[in-house]
Amino acid sequence: MTNAAQNTIFQQGSMDQQQGFLVQQPGLMTLIQDAGRYGQHGIGLTVGGPLDAEAFRWANRLCSNDVGATALEVSFGGLVLEAQVETVIALTGADIPLTINGEAQPMWQTLPVKAGDKIKLGFATSGSRAYFAVAGGLCVPHTFGSAATVVREGIGGLAGEKQGAKLAKGDVLTCQSSTGIELRCLPEQHRPDYSKDVKLRVILGYQKEAFSDLQIATFVSSEYTTTDRSDRMGFRLEGPQIKPSINGILSEGICHGAIQVPADGQPIVLLNDRQTIGGYPKIGSVLSLDTGKLAQLSPGAKVRFETITIDDAHNLHMLAKHREESANLVPV
Amino acid sequence: MRIEVAGENALILYVGTHGEQGVAHRVEQVTRLLKESMGDLLIDLVPSYASVLIIFDLFRCDHLKVRQAIRNIEPQLTNEASENGRIVTLPVYYAAEVGADLEDLARNAGLTTDEVIHLHQATDYRVYAIGFAPGFAYLGDVDERIAAPRLSTPRQRVPRGAVAIADRQTAVYPAVSPGGWNLIGRCPQRMFNPDLDPSMPVQVGDKVRFESITRDDYLSLGGSLDD
Repeated sequence: MTNAAQNTIFQQGSMDQQQGFLVQQPGLMTLIQDAGRYGQHGIGLTVGGPLDAEAFRWANRLCSNDVGATALEVSFGGLVLEAQVETVIALTGADIPLTINGEAQPMWQTLPVKAGDKIKLGFATSGSRAYFAVAGGLCVPHTFGSAATVVREGIGGLAGEKQGAKLAKGDVLTCQSSTGIELRCLPEQHRPDYSKDVKLRVILGYQKEAFSDLQIATFVSSEYTTTDRSDRMGFRLEGPQIKPSINGILSEGICHGAIQVPADGQPIVLLNDRQTIGGYPKIGSVLSLDTGKLAQLSPGAKVRFETITIDDAHNLHMLAKHREESANLVPV
Repeated sequence: MRIEVAGENALILYVGTHGEQGVAHRVEQVTRLLKESMGDLLIDLVPSYASVLIIFDLFRCDHLKVRQAIRNIEPQLTNEASENGRIVTLPVYYAAEVGADLEDLARNAGLTTDEVIHLHQATDYRVYAIGFAPGFAYLGDVDERIAAPRLSTPRQRVPRGAVAIADRQTAVYPAVSPGGWNLIGRCPQRMFNPDLDPSMPVQVGDKVRFESITRDDYLSLGGSLDD
């Protein structure tokens, strides 16, 4: 918790070099992200950070980085980079065809690159967010304690004029050169399957009393469809209406995964770039282990809700953390 | 006080209803006391009109521990409103050329524009909440006579510094954004500047007083007339 603005602090090792990766094509939406910007809700700043935090952490682990190191979130694909240094990279998340100098390369694996190599990402065939990490992390100035880009706020990412913007052609992503890093992959059984139906586990809360038993029964027994009115702020779903007995509430804090139900009765799951406060009734919040799966879906996908208690949520997180930390990367 | 679960690592504490005596003061006290007692077990707090969202580190504590922390601070809460909050004075150029809704608002209220301008300055507003956008401070309560509903069609673009009214709330837009509030003037002081520390001139619990300035003063303080 801090009130102070940590304005621009460079990560170590970034001062003396301006080389790393040159953006030849930025893709549809590629954002610089780290674990997110925390402790700044007091001035209205949201969290940002990777929509699929698990895939993001794996990209960093494959590069022997801290799991929150600065990397790229590539939505839908289309990114083309030219390496200017020798290092290793890894791509995780949505299934995206990857080539280096025209040759197909595997995802979920550490890959060596050298100056002049052309790294090309196609478009996602399953899932929609991929994560590109590089050994040592990208050297990006921190704004309010984080490199995370929040376009809506104009904060994070590259400095100066490019602050708060998605990547553009000609940007240079600075990083250190690294040699001698072990090449490893994540065994198949630990990788997520983005083609599966998604079940969103929900902790009922907030204004749950404003929803009748019948409304809640409808909510958990129906199928909802993702829509194209979805972005990093939130995912708007379509399905049977659920109507709260109240229209609006006094504006209050909104946590990650909160399910807002406006007057049309169609739920919106609020994600990383959400507003920090708002005045729509909320039925509860989606478990963060599941919001990453939601964010991987394309419009038209089916989801279902299932209720769990806050104690269940706690246990599920402990278990997931243990599983993730005990999954070993294997040499290739 | 009522506690509800908000999410996997968040509880929301309702300390009363808006307008009730001492509510804003309790929000402020709860925020301060929880920060002190929970330290880095907290990820963040979101104080608002009558509630505080408490986001905690679920790998280091759980909701039971947070409920206990809330019970522990309860005896320390007082009802009397403290008068030690800061008063921040913000200059405003009130005019139709920078306040597109000033004349309509006055007409609908059955007042002259001068009366609207006078009434807007006559209250010391409390900063109830900060959110919506970085540095956007919700100030209240606006005199009932100049309270005005949001525009039926929000503007695509409200300029930085716009001083506006929505119902009994008022605010200064910290940055260019869409918005549906009624514009009555413009403030040359920036409400959010990431390059400054602190980045905002106000925080929740402060009082804000508006002070009318002339067009010349507005321009010399760096104000812009552009939309």
